[in-house]
Amino acid sequence: MLSHAIDIALALLGMSLALALLRLMRGPDVIDRILALDTLYVNSAAMLVVYGLRLGADRYYEAALLIAMLGFITTVVLSKFLTRGDVIE
Amino acid sequence: MEASTLLDWIVAALVLVGAAFSLIGSLGLLRMPDIFTRLHGPSKATTIGIGSMLVASALYMSFRGPGLSLHEFMISLFIAITTPVGSHLLAKAARHRRLPGAEGWSTDGDQPRNK
Repeated sequence: MLSHAIDIALALLGMSLALALLRLMRGPDVIDRILALDTLYVNSAAMLVVYGLRLGADRYYEAALLIAMLGFITTVVLSKFLTRGDVIE
Repeated sequence: MEASTLLDWIVAALVLVGAAFSLIGSLGLLRMPDIFTRLHGPSKATTIGIGSMLVASALYMSFRGPGLSLHEFMISLFIAITTPVGSHLLAKAARHRRLPGAEGWSTDGDQPRNK
């Protein structure tokens, strides 16, 4: 029962990744693309957590933590660059 | 009901609710009309979604694994702290680029502060 629920959750997460990817390709401005990229990062971290739950493995959460950190840093750096024209002043 | 069956039910419900929240957030990202409303979906629904999935993972690993497993809450704490900061910076960048709002309201009268 739990494995079926996890499979359904993985399918839902894949659908949300596809929707964010659609916004990433379509996005009229670069800000929309950054936002879609941020959503992709968070959703893939969630997908790694759920996949680790499915395997019963304890190791995947570190990869999820790394992905979440890199996503935040990417968002901050890109929006700082767009606002100021420079990352570190 | 056996205890492990109850645990399975709770974990399955949490995982499904979290995945549904993530899907709703991405749907909002795709369907909303302008950038300022598009910020809402990922920054709120997706945060709740991944938080719910991490609670499910912590519960499952605590009861099935060797001991108490709390490191999942590190990710949820990190995401709960950083998502508002990222959304704020994105909204500031969108206003700096003078992106138009949806029909019905505009940012024409706004002057960006010069520093």
